[in-house]
Amino acid sequence: MNLWVRITGWLAFVLAAGYMLVPLFGMTEFSLKARRGVYSLDAYARVIGDTEFQATFGYSVTLALATIVLGVLIVVPTAFWVRLKMPWARPFVEFLTLLPLVIPAIVLVFGYIRLYNTSSFLPLTGSAAGTNLLLALGYTVLALPYMYRAIDTGLRTIDVPTLTEAAQSLGAGWVTILWRIVLPNVMVAVLSGAFLTFAIVIGEYTLAALLDRPAFGPYLQRIGTNKPYEPFALSVISFAITWACMGLIQLATRLSKHTKAQR
Amino acid sequence: MILWPAPGNPGRPIPGGTSLRTNVPKLLSLWAGLLPFLLFCLLFLILPTFKIVTGAFQAPDGTFTLDNIRMMNSGNIPSAFWVSIKISFVSALLGGVAGFAVSAALAFGAVPKALRGAATTFSGVAANFAGVPLAFAFIATLGPVGLVNVMLRSNNMATLQQMGFSIYGFWGLTMAYVFFQLPLMILMILPALDGLKREWREAAAILGASGAQYWRMIALPILTPALLGTFALLFANAFGAVATAMALTGANLNIVPILLFAQIRGDVLGNPHLGYALAFGMIVVTAVANTLYIWLRVRSERWLK
Repeated sequence: MNLWVRITGWLAFVLAAGYMLVPLFGMTEFSLKARRGVYSLDAYARVIGDTEFQATFGYSVTLALATIVLGVLIVVPTAFWVRLKMPWARPFVEFLTLLPLVIPAIVLVFGYIRLYNTSSFLPLTGSAAGTNLLLALGYTVLALPYMYRAIDTGLRTIDVPTLTEAAQSLGAGWVTILWRIVLPNVMVAVLSGAFLTFAIVIGEYTLAALLDRPAFGPYLQRIGTNKPYEPFALSVISFAITWACMGLIQLATRLSKHTKAQR
Repeated sequence: MILWPAPGNPGRPIPGGTSLRTNVPKLLSLWAGLLPFLLFCLLFLILPTFKIVTGAFQAPDGTFTLDNIRMMNSGNIPSAFWVSIKISFVSALLGGVAGFAVSAALAFGAVPKALRGAATTFSGVAANFAGVPLAFAFIATLGPVGLVNVMLRSNNMATLQQMGFSIYGFWGLTMAYVFFQLPLMILMILPALDGLKREWREAAAILGASGAQYWRMIALPILTPALLGTFALLFANAFGAVATAMALTGANLNIVPILLFAQIRGDVLGNPHLGYALAFGMIVVTAVANTLYIWLRVRSERWLK
């Protein structure tokens, strides 16, 4: 290969890597400067000891888990049914699942607030529990494109009609088929969808802030305006969480390569 | 989009039947299987959007009007759209060009193969690392007491602020957006670059083309739909982003998502239906960008499959 091509290639790579790594380094370095003159984990200790952090983080984790459960409950039967019975409807279903990428989250939550207010047919924003549910459902919508794609790809690797017929001839109903045949077979896909959902939900700001729920994203934004070092420690923690989620996805897909059906 | 099975199409038979007319109950039971999903989409995706769109064309008493759309051309709304479009455009362009350069270096072996896996994994993380923490990463680096300024000051050089740069302004936000645009570009364009066949390059070389001629006359024309499509996607991606802008610039910068955020919180425009119109404007911009993306992706798949 041409030397100049090699040099330009390296230059592009190194510059881009620098652009991406310097802010991460800056954030980490700054988060360690809470004690004057030396690096320390003081900011982290203070943040983790903060009861509001514990409350909001716990809230967001709970919400992420609820979103994953809702997403799996909605997407797995749908993707299964479309694959099995109505493959001609796939473009239509796929189009619906991609809509959340087209409609900005802030517009969606604006619609929720107007549609589900206290004087509407479904007054979800009237109570805290209702708003929590609405938030989880909203997150399910945001995660829908990723969840559907992951699970639909997972279903492609198994022989859905044969498995279904085999289960049916042994007397299984639809719930049994979904729970004991389909779900275990696409578990890896479900897991990658779930980790991605977790990464999206844990630090989400717009929906939580506008629905006025005590989630981690709004807390992070608020602490950023009145604390010097803690927000940076929290940012490092959320970056680590994003890393962990992506790492787990990679791990899951790597495992799937060994269990995939041979065709 | 096919909503109905094509009758008489042997490739797509209706299970257990041949004629559409006799199979209406069967068809209904088919759609019934999708009912939970369709209901969910209707309630939490379609109806909320529909509410915004209809609201944009309604007067406070519920009658049809175009006044809200007309009023978009008043106050700070046009400038908000203009700044938003500029930021989305510039960040998509910078992220796109840099991402393309890195992808090309990875795809054509200018840098060792071993770096490729690391780069794509990192891109997956960075493309998802947006929102509030991203704003803090840039404040810690380019902010008034950030890493770069501390280094500049210890070398007795002018700080970024003295040079006229502010992390809380247009370029600060654009730079922060590039942080997720660049890796997204890599994730989207690397498969397209892999789709360029070695044979095309060899055929061009046999016919006497230089490297530059191959790029100008073969590779770039094939890649153009993919490049433009990804650019449209990056544009839409930046246009709808709220959290980073909120945490970084707050109310300093007049962009559409922040204006809409303030409108939802406290009706700063003094007219609830103008808020609907603003949200409708956002949908129009992202819908146009995404339609372009989908159309161009279909075009690009003609060669790069």
